[in-house]
Amino acid sequence: MDIATQSIDGGFAEPVFNAQAVFRAIMDAMARPGTVQPLPQLARPPAPLSATAGAVALALCDNDTPVWLDPPLQAEAPVKAWLGFHTGAPLANTPADAHFALIANPKEMAALDGFAQGTQEYPDRSTTLILLVDDLASGPSLLLEGPGIEKTSMIAPPGMPRHFVEQWKQNNQRFPRGVDIILAAPGSLACLPRTTRIKTMEA
Amino acid sequence: MYVAVKGGEAAIANAHRLLADRRRGDRSVPALRLDQIVEQLALGVDRVMSEGSLYDRELAALAVVQARGDMIEAIFLVRAYRTTLPRFGYTNPVDTGAMQVERRVSATYKDLPGGQVLGPTFDYTHRLLDPELAAGAEVETPAQRPVEPEAMPRVSAILAHEGLIEADGEMPLDHVPGDITREPLQFPMARDIRLQALSRGDEGFLLALGYSTQRGYARNHPFVGEIRIGEVELELDVPELPFAVPLGSIRVTECQMVNQFKGSAKAPPQFTRGYGLVFGQSERKAMAMALCDRALRASELGEDVVAAAQDEEFVISHSDNVQATGFVEHLKLPHYVDFQAELGLVRRMRAEYEARENEDKAEDKREAAE
Amino acid sequence: MTAQPTEIATYNFAYLDEQTKRMIRRAILKGIAIPGYQVPFASREMPMPYGWGTGGVQVTASIIGPDDVLKVIDQGADDTTNAVSIRAFFKKVAKVAVTTETANATIIQTRHRIPEHPLNAGQVLVFQVPIPEPLRFLEPRETETRKMHALEEYGLMHVKLYEDIAKHGRIATTYAYPVKVEGRYVMDPSPTPKFDNPKMHRSPALQLFGAGREKRIYAVPPFTDVVSLDFEDHPFEVQTFDHPCALCGAENVYLDEVILDDHGGHMFVCSDTDHCEKRRAGGHHGHLAPETHLASEKTEPAK
Repeated sequence: MDIATQSIDGGFAEPVFNAQAVFRAIMDAMARPGTVQPLPQLARPPAPLSATAGAVALALCDNDTPVWLDPPLQAEAPVKAWLGFHTGAPLANTPADAHFALIANPKEMAALDGFAQGTQEYPDRSTTLILLVDDLASGPSLLLEGPGIEKTSMIAPPGMPRHFVEQWKQNNQRFPRGVDIILAAPGSLACLPRTTRIKTMEA
Repeated sequence: MYVAVKGGEAAIANAHRLLADRRRGDRSVPALRLDQIVEQLALGVDRVMSEGSLYDRELAALAVVQARGDMIEAIFLVRAYRTTLPRFGYTNPVDTGAMQVERRVSATYKDLPGGQVLGPTFDYTHRLLDPELAAGAEVETPAQRPVEPEAMPRVSAILAHEGLIEADGEMPLDHVPGDITREPLQFPMARDIRLQALSRGDEGFLLALGYSTQRGYARNHPFVGEIRIGEVELELDVPELPFAVPLGSIRVTECQMVNQFKGSAKAPPQFTRGYGLVFGQSERKAMAMALCDRALRASELGEDVVAAAQDEEFVISHSDNVQATGFVEHLKLPHYVDFQAELGLVRRMRAEYEARENEDKAEDKREAAE
Repeated sequence: MTAQPTEIATYNFAYLDEQTKRMIRRAILKGIAIPGYQVPFASREMPMPYGWGTGGVQVTASIIGPDDVLKVIDQGADDTTNAVSIRAFFKKVAKVAVTTETANATIIQTRHRIPEHPLNAGQVLVFQVPIPEPLRFLEPRETETRKMHALEEYGLMHVKLYEDIAKHGRIATTYAYPVKVEGRYVMDPSPTPKFDNPKMHRSPALQLFGAGREKRIYAVPPFTDVVSLDFEDHPFEVQTFDHPCALCGAENVYLDEVILDDHGGHMFVCSDTDHCEKRRAGGHHGHLAPETHLASEKTEPAK
């Protein structure tokens, strides 16, 4: 299939209702960090962009939101064409310009503090990171607490960025500045807003 | 025994039915058609388009009749429709220098290339009510001037030749014009954003503020460099095409105020500009806008901010009549929960006050008795 | 003769266009991630006036889906005119199911009250907010208040509350009583009576706040600390009423005063009409309750 066809296919079948369903899953996940929100396959983007991450991008990105792609996604012309066609989002030149960042390989990703952190006056002007993960249960356990969590909650995404727990602690310390994370797994997603504290990480 | 009031839904439906009846009025009088409003109440339609930020005469006319002639209500109707429309793109800046001019006056030069053109103006009409109009008298066809081949350069351009007026709006090269209908306002704001807000601002509010600058509240010595009214072409750049696509033309009123400026450490003495541009024909609005624009440039030009008209946050936050009317009128919504909270507090404080008073009186009595 | 409507607008599901919804949704997510912080958003004109719930309506319109069940209250009641009007709006533009029962709703849009019935995880409470800035009446300039929030400089608010105590012997703020969220941002809870403030603290429901005219969205995620500002020697306290509800006999609820005649006769009844009806249906009676209780409409399914 050529890039042109690939870029036109694979969008939401029902744009209005699919976008709403994806957004509600993200909203619930952001409001209840660590909960896993199921998400049916609503988008079919070209690899290595996953169905979940693609659906998140379709639900949230448009020409007002520069998107940064990590090198594995950057390298794929069909991915860029698909995002461009379906969202109209411009590509951010640097992580610090991005409203959203799509990260296909979190392990190798740039440091969290390289993305937009917002300012003390406008902490909302920060990057939301969409990390593609294989699942939310097979990696090292992250014990979470903070707003949205009654006592504690737990997720275990594999292949997270290097020194993630330490980086995240620094992200907490920058509050109200900082980045928020959407973890996009096959068939589900979870969120780590900047308020979530990671208590311990088992080996 | 008490039965709580119910039936809000029926009450609202009946109120709307009555409203529709009152709007239509006496059924033996023919109903207004939209084309009649477009043709014969054109300036009202223009105001609705301008402050409604939507250039569509027919929709504006519908709004006027639906609002029973209440202009702010009509503007509101148009805005609430406009906001749902998808955005296809932004046209290129209109070139008012290339306007098909119907009216053009300058107060700064007696004569100038293109001449003074009075056009369809109320100026110099004697404001005498016209019984013939009431009787439906025939109206003469207008006199036509031969097609004017002569270009009509803008007065600001003429002044600029001499270097006596500041350049026209200097923005950094990479500045992308903002869009107040798409982005939240932020203070302080760039002039492009401010001009957008003023252009859809309430005519009455801007008129009063402009007037206040003339009376000494931030006086800045304005002259009407030029007012021009006419049709300008709209063009849209489409990435796939090598040329700009013409979309048609719209009627606008432009006012360039020329203001004195003594100069500063950075700039030589020269004239400065206040700018007004609105949809349709509305000189009053365009002039008031230009006065306010100039006043709001106080900080930029190093002038002291001493008056309301120079205060950007004050002016822009309160210029939108749809916002203003909503919030003023929301006071008629039920507030009895809050009122009860206040009532409870006032009653309690009152009881304490009276208890204290009585105590003092008893004390006084005792003292008097002793 | 009925005129045929001319070809004019067709409106999107839930009125707003998709681009606007995306913009509002992004603001909501930022609000949730920064509890109590007011996220600026490009508020749209809505088909109801600014000040009449346009912020709440935009938030609801951006989150609502075909499976939601919506409840709308104003002053605690489902049947106040503006609540009726907003409910009718969503019935028309989103064709969603509506209810008056707090427990059955997935989204509750409110003006000036939080329902008496405890909210559940999974419910969303959407507040209509007129003035989102708690510092606005102390400092009218946005440029200044934004700095204060940035620097966590809330001394002015404490000075104001303390002046109240000096002048009146108590904090004289009875509604829109300022709170601190998760120990960081001072937030306006919207003009709910301070009676409702404790309900916000660690609520299992997500609380979203929309201020349309002022173009701000903010949020309190579930299980988040919401503490009313006070002083050690003048602790925060809620309103109390001397009588139970005259219709259902409920105590420790917020009451409306109803004037019965022009000789000073009055009674106090639940401001939360659903709560009151539920209690009466359950056999509770106040001293002025009618003999038989007629239940009013409850839930209407989606179209």
